Amino acid sequence: MNKIVQHEEIVALFKDGMTIMFGGFMGVGTPASLVRILLNKGVRDLTIIANDTAFPDTGVGPLIVNKQVGKVITSHIGTNPETGRQMIAGETKVELVPQGTLAEQIRAGGSGLGGILTPTGIGTVVEEGKQKLTVSGKEYLLELPLRADVALLKAYKADKAGNLIYRKSARNFNPIMALAADLVIAEVEQIVEIGQLDSDEVMTPGILVDKVVCYGGIDE
Amino acid sequence: MKTYSAKELIACRVAMEMRYGDIVNLGIGLPTLVSNYLPQDININLHSENGFVGLASVSGIPDPDLVNAGGKPAGIFPGGSFFDSLMSFALVRGGHIDVTVLGGLQVDEQGNLANWMVPGKMVPGMGGAMDLVAGAKKVIVAMEHIAKDGSAKILDKCSLPLTGKGVVSMIVTELAVIRVTPNGLLLEEIAPNITLEEVLAKTEAKLKVSDTLTVMKGIAEL
Repeated sequence: MNKIVQHEEIVALFKDGMTIMFGGFMGVGTPASLVRILLNKGVRDLTIIANDTAFPDTGVGPLIVNKQVGKVITSHIGTNPETGRQMIAGETKVELVPQGTLAEQIRAGGSGLGGILTPTGIGTVVEEGKQKLTVSGKEYLLELPLRADVALLKAYKADKAGNLIYRKSARNFNPIMALAADLVIAEVEQIVEIGQLDSDEVMTPGILVDKVVCYGGIDE
Repeated sequence: MKTYSAKELIACRVAMEMRYGDIVNLGIGLPTLVSNYLPQDININLHSENGFVGLASVSGIPDPDLVNAGGKPAGIFPGGSFFDSLMSFALVRGGHIDVTVLGGLQVDEQGNLANWMVPGKMVPGMGGAMDLVAGAKKVIVAMEHIAKDGSAKILDKCSLPLTGKGVVSMIVTELAVIRVTPNGLLLEEIAPNITLEEVLAKTEAKLKVSDTLTVMKGIAEL
């Protein structure tokens, strides 16, 4: 199966109402050209799962500004004032989740786990409506798995088998999300032949990645 | 004598708490200043929750793939390492972070901390703060002693939504150093030229005064 595709070939995959995970932290490690596809196509009522909503002009921020998002599951919205405005106005649902919990919920969703137990959020509003378990005398919250229809990743390099290598702090949520969606698409800066990536250095196994596009190649 | 801002005093005093080799997470804002005041022989390793240890200030041309947890350009020291968000928060919750320094809106007598939202006004989200206070070995709250509107921030009981319950180890303000103990808040140090009466007047919580109350450490060397 050829995983290397052009941007035009994946436009049809995106639909209104989808749940989409985005790698990235403050926009660093978010696939900008894939976000651009969604902006251009104008799909609406998306549920997005991302560490943060970045800034109005970076990461997933423009999707919020463009009012294409119905619900956000995220740990931080403070750098994108539009997310807060839409939340207060009741236009967009925002579910705030501690960052480490979000990472583990996604891991659980992609790893066949029924949830995870974490001490994070005990005694705060985060515990509302959640099951508490005591293990060896210590209280934990049961946090449930998260999955998505599509995960959109940003990596530095891919080979034609979809193996991925990330660069510096742009790795963040990308490798975790590769596990937890029905369709995984990676935007990369460079595509090399099979055999040109050292198998010891691959960070996300290509078996998890369905499609790879090269950065750029799409107009506003 | 040169005068120092409240933030500089706080950062300077917090820096005194660091020990050689500590793995430390500094929150955005005031806590970030702490790295400017580390004693020369104290080498600490900064954790950045977006996925690395060895956080340094940016040198040369900023790399768009290398930012701190605030999304600002950063650097990494030789010997540092990058990882994903799972590893980053396994380090946090797993007790691998020696010290975390965070800002605060309110702290109370039980060591509860509120610093992530003001309902109806400011709801940025908790980011990594709830994990950090749940998992770091030592939680230092670095904040100005009273709010801009003059209201107390060190209270009997926090009124804002909590970031963590019973998690704070110590509070450092421009007026005082207060330790959280099982028996309540213990006032251990007072800033130079500040009276005990002033500290007590600006603190709503009950403060026990330490038998060994001293002038704030490290400030004379500024």
